[in-house]
Amino acid sequence: MTTIIADAKFADATRGTAVQQSSAFVRWALVLTAVAFLGLMLIVPLVIVFFSAFEKGWQTTVAALTHADARAAIRLTVLTVAIAVPLNVVFGVAVAWALTKFRLRGKSILVTLIDLPFSVSPVIAGMVFILLFGARGLLGPWLGERDIQIIFAWPGIALATMFVTLPFVARELIPLMQAQGREDEEAAISLGAGGWQTFFRVTLPNIKWGLAYGTILCTARALGEFGAVSVVSGHIRGETNTLPLHVEILYNEYQFAAAFSVAGLLVGIALLTIAAKSVVEWRLQKSVRGNADGVPAAQKPSERSGSERWASR
Amino acid sequence: MGFSVLYMSLLVLIPLSTLGLCAGRLSWEELYQTFTAPRTLAAYRLSLGGALIAAAVNTVFGLLIAWVLVRYRFPGRRLLDTLVDLPFALPTAVAGISLTAIYAPTGVLGGLLDRVGIQAAYSPLGIIIAMAFVSLPFVIRTTQPVLQDIDRDVEEAAATLGANRLQAFVRVILPAILPAVLAGFAMAFARAVGEYGSVVFISGNMPGRTEIVPLLIMTRLEEYNYAGATAVALALLVLSFVMLLVINLLQAWARRSAPV
Repeated sequence: MTTIIADAKFADATRGTAVQQSSAFVRWALVLTAVAFLGLMLIVPLVIVFFSAFEKGWQTTVAALTHADARAAIRLTVLTVAIAVPLNVVFGVAVAWALTKFRLRGKSILVTLIDLPFSVSPVIAGMVFILLFGARGLLGPWLGERDIQIIFAWPGIALATMFVTLPFVARELIPLMQAQGREDEEAAISLGAGGWQTFFRVTLPNIKWGLAYGTILCTARALGEFGAVSVVSGHIRGETNTLPLHVEILYNEYQFAAAFSVAGLLVGIALLTIAAKSVVEWRLQKSVRGNADGVPAAQKPSERSGSERWASR
Repeated sequence: MGFSVLYMSLLVLIPLSTLGLCAGRLSWEELYQTFTAPRTLAAYRLSLGGALIAAAVNTVFGLLIAWVLVRYRFPGRRLLDTLVDLPFALPTAVAGISLTAIYAPTGVLGGLLDRVGIQAAYSPLGIIIAMAFVSLPFVIRTTQPVLQDIDRDVEEAAATLGANRLQAFVRVILPAILPAVLAGFAMAFARAVGEYGSVVFISGNMPGRTEIVPLLIMTRLEEYNYAGATAVALALLVLSFVMLLVINLLQAWARRSAPV
């Protein structure tokens, strides 16, 4: 069935080129405009980062990356990712499972609320934790008596990061699991599998590429979050600076080569992220196609480019 | 299910309602004073205006880029398609310092613009450039799949009925992709209004002239003026709720009118 659909699409495409093609002039003008715009907006900034990073020679670059403050920033960033990503992955799987495998009241409200962190300004995301846990916040005095510090310390940074990265995994899994339906799980249970067994042997293998996709996006954002973390961090060098905050400090101190060296590291990670994302997206589309044979392509929400869902934030 | 709701409540709903609670403690007088202060008004005008322009620019170019990526085959197409996601993967602070280096009077493009008398960095134009960078992928990514699903038969029918390419685009394709394009526009606008990291470097942060709303909130927080910060943030938070609703409605519309 899939091959027939693919062939039909191919035939459609070739027919399209024969009858429905814009003139070569229009085509080239449009392509060149697109390339010029993306080149100016995306490629020039990338080139500038690497160019500025190596401007003062590679020794400066290495020195900037191995400086004690930089290493502390790397450690804190890794810690933040290690806390925020696993928790949001568990939440994402749990909420997608609950929403798609059971019938619930208030489902659409919950789905909408999951998106909330995407539409709230990162500064507000950080600010609410100050209002809650800050020295003069609601719980501040109580925490102060017990000598627990959340704001201007790593717990606050982790909380703010968890807030902004909460939706990624859930958003990815909900449409995927909706498209896959409940038949596989029902079959497993009727064959005598328990709840956990069904989850690990049936559900998890079915959603693994979607899960990988959501996790990649969640990690990228957790590594690079600036606004929310900046509000709660207090900017203590070597202690509460994540990598993006370290970039800011170096830049404001006019250590441009060092700032761009650390920025270059983050650009490298970002490029790896979008490369990994393309690979996973391709596998994801394959896995959905394999799963839902016989369903016309346009009716399967998950077959639409994964990026569309990423964009839906 | 219980776990998901608890986790969401602890991490998102309760913290956000704290802001409402703190705003509730302010008197109407205080709120009114903060909102009508010239500095607040200027920040809101800049944030909303800049985000509208950035989202509009991205809608025009996003539509064009989505069209080119879906309809034409040319060398480097896949690479370009992958690269479109860069603003989502790149930390905003990195984007901020890089754009500033380019558009500052000493930078590659800033120097050129400076010679013709246009100040890019440290002016509203720079803020719009940064906002356009972070919200660039939205319209492309919402429009692409819909464009892909449009049946060529409809266009051919239009052509056989005597429509030229432009007529076919405006009368046949545009109505089909309009909900997706509008949803992309709304997402781009919502993202640009709240953006902080990339804008703060290029804007120059002059109160009343190049100070955006998130920065004003940040300044108030750094002054430990929590009441002032809350009052300014309240309107921005309400705006994000409204945008969330609008985006949801537009997406529902897009789903209903999706070509099958």
